[in-house]
Amino acid sequence: MNMENLHPPRHLEINGVSRSFGGVPALNDISLSVAHGELICLAGHSGCGKSTLLRVIAGIEMPDQGRILLDGCGISGPNNYVEPEERNIGFMFQDYALFPHLNVLDNILFGLKRLTRPAAQARCLEIVERLGLEHLSRRFPHMLSGGEQQRVALARALAPQPQILLMDEPFSNLDRGLRDGIRTETISLLRELGTTVIMVTHDPEEALSAGDRVVLMRAGEIVQEGSGSDLYDRPANAYTAEFFSTFNKVQGACWNGFLETPLGRFAAPGFADGHTATLYVRPQCLRVNCGAEGVDCTVVDCALMGEIEQIQVSVAALPGPLKIRSAKRSRLRSGDVARISVTPEQVFVF
Amino acid sequence: MLIAALVCLPVLALLLIAFQGSAGLWPHMLANVLPAALKNTVILLAGVGMLVTLIGTTTAWMVTAYDFPGRRVFEWALLLPLAVPTYIIAYAYLDILHPVGAVQGALRSLLGYSSPREFRLPDIRSMGGCILLLGLVLYPYVYLTTRAMFLTQAANLVEVSRTLGTRRGSVFRRVALPLARPAIAVGASLALMEALNDIGASQFLGVRTLTPSIYSTWVNRSDMPGAAQIALAMLVIVVLLVLVERYARRNQRYAAAAQRPRAMSPARLRGWRAAGAFCLCLFPVALGFIAPAAYLCREAWKRVSFAGISPRIWGEIVNTVTVSAVATLLVLLSGLVLAYAARTYPGRSTSLAARASTLGYAVPGTVLAIGLLYPVGLFDRFWAGGVEWLIGAAPGLLLLGSGAALVLAYSVRFMAISTGGIEAGFSRIPPSLDHAGRMLGRSSMGVFRSVHLPLSKTAIASAGLLVFVDCMKELPATLLLRPLNFETLATHLYGEAARGTYEEAAIAALLIVLIGILPVVVLSRLGRVET
Repeated sequence: MNMENLHPPRHLEINGVSRSFGGVPALNDISLSVAHGELICLAGHSGCGKSTLLRVIAGIEMPDQGRILLDGCGISGPNNYVEPEERNIGFMFQDYALFPHLNVLDNILFGLKRLTRPAAQARCLEIVERLGLEHLSRRFPHMLSGGEQQRVALARALAPQPQILLMDEPFSNLDRGLRDGIRTETISLLRELGTTVIMVTHDPEEALSAGDRVVLMRAGEIVQEGSGSDLYDRPANAYTAEFFSTFNKVQGACWNGFLETPLGRFAAPGFADGHTATLYVRPQCLRVNCGAEGVDCTVVDCALMGEIEQIQVSVAALPGPLKIRSAKRSRLRSGDVARISVTPEQVFVF
Repeated sequence: MLIAALVCLPVLALLLIAFQGSAGLWPHMLANVLPAALKNTVILLAGVGMLVTLIGTTTAWMVTAYDFPGRRVFEWALLLPLAVPTYIIAYAYLDILHPVGAVQGALRSLLGYSSPREFRLPDIRSMGGCILLLGLVLYPYVYLTTRAMFLTQAANLVEVSRTLGTRRGSVFRRVALPLARPAIAVGASLALMEALNDIGASQFLGVRTLTPSIYSTWVNRSDMPGAAQIALAMLVIVVLLVLVERYARRNQRYAAAAQRPRAMSPARLRGWRAAGAFCLCLFPVALGFIAPAAYLCREAWKRVSFAGISPRIWGEIVNTVTVSAVATLLVLLSGLVLAYAARTYPGRSTSLAARASTLGYAVPGTVLAIGLLYPVGLFDRFWAGGVEWLIGAAPGLLLLGSGAALVLAYSVRFMAISTGGIEAGFSRIPPSLDHAGRMLGRSSMGVFRSVHLPLSKTAIASAGLLVFVDCMKELPATLLLRPLNFETLATHLYGEAARGTYEEAAIAALLIVLIGILPVVVLSRLGRVET
């Protein structure tokens, strides 16, 4: 095994980049490095700075501070700034930004001005064929469906063979039924081409499933980064935990490294005695028992949601009801008395 | 930046000249000229303001909320008086309503009077007449803005208020009118700026407002500082109007963001109600456009069949078109630069530059001319001095003599139209298209050429048309800044009307009105325009 595979050369290096708008920081000292061929998902709620980071990488937005290196060459820093058109970075916009006065072919040709006319035509046809757009090539953007526009935008961004492709919420404008299919298709195409991709999303499921690495942001800072299972199974803080799934939250007090709650004792290493903390339990980690074990509760509501069933129960010592989800049918009705117990894995204390 | 500075130049120069005036001048001004002129101006503005609001809002409501025979025609026909400049309607009515003229004669014979001494209509040459005439041609400003408001905003709210038990008749008073208040304010302040700018009508009708005072102070008494001082007083009024307009627009923008546009379904009127609505809409169109236009046609026809079209008119047409075309090109180019700069580099300085450049539109032509005359004269003298020193012979006045000063004045005055129109065109292009262009390897200029220009062709063209026509119609600045013996259609008309001769003026006036119809066509095409 050669060394390059162990330590792939850094493709994109972001060092301490900051950007603020009218005194409000949108990016605060962001550092991130991306390897060749990696697919990164920038996740976070709206306004967390993920789109700004994308625009700073693209060069559409100028950072106030920090450096950005592409293959070791500075493209943005205190002393140099490469204009967006010189960076050879592809960008796919959320609204696709197809030029309304140009047809599909001309839209794709727009980025191929550096090539000679025949070379541009050839490249254009190649990408059109690759994405299966032949039958649309003479149409204008307003005559295309949402999914078709998405593919044209992708073709246009890929045509100049960018070093990196940036995608700003590329699937959020699609119908739900269409979205999963197009996402799988797009990502497998990008993998085949070996393109380095940074994709912004606010959809937790998309972030977990699509990328090699997830970078979660909040208020202009990176909260946690790692693989999907890193962030889902080992969240570093409450924000990360809550971004990717819903939780039952139960307050308690810490004693001797354990959190005492109405649902039982849970390991809470590192918390001082007497400190209040919150127990985070996923709805699928609560179980309804008919036996003698567990905590007494009353069923408030039981709703079938398709594949799963959601039960809400109230526990005497807790202010609000708890949610339980399971794939089994419980046949409980509201008013029934039952007992619940907690599966101790997948439980977090923050 | 340079363009914005150019626009600010006249105002600064004005301040400078005004303070040069001898100390003895101010008391004289304050005692003799200003109070009367100021009083007249205020009365005129108040009267015109009320009249345009009344006509503009009622007609706008009529054609949006009701359906009656002729409604479709009135929708655009109500804009026609916009084609008639104030000085032309005054010129036309002076003759139409002359005590021994056709209209009054017919009235008298109808009522059984035999001589003008027994019965005559109130003289049109009065404050009342002036207000009426200005109101008749300026109400379309209010009509335009208010109707756009009704079309885009009112539908939901009107329907809601109907479900809450308001009858259609009282919807106007309780919902539509309060809703349209910002639009009315915008339209009325535009109309008042025009009224303030007017020089022909008030002078023909003998109403001494500030504008003619400036003109006569300078031309008849060659008192430049005095004229500048009156001009400053006028600027104060203009600034007030601009503030009103800005304030109203801010509310309007907020309102526009809050609702989704949907058209109202008009209620059908029948019988005498339909006839009433018809007459109500016909009245301003007939008086403001049809009557003067018909009069001009008749007079022009008489003249042409009597003496043919004189070569003089041709020369004037060439003059007018040349000056206007050059100014239009200049204005469009700088408008493009400003609008694109404001878009690509949004920031305080660019938005300030764009805003400063729009001030020119509010500054009355006379004020602008006075303000420009000083720096331009200075430059000319400097230039002439330099050339004389170099080649030993004195050349003519470079800017004033060649009409360049005139082009400059037009550019400053109508910059707002082009910047505004082009910006509106650009604002329909989402910024992601700019970014997409850049990301696909085009420079800022390249994106401008391949994306912005093709996408805002129509906006640019209609801005150009509006500027061109406005340049052709412009009278006050043209009067003051044109080279000696250089006549345009407008100044020719002014000259003949001022002398009381009407020889070829009707032809010139008719030409101006016909050309003036062009932007009206554009405006009604656009339908839901933002003025």
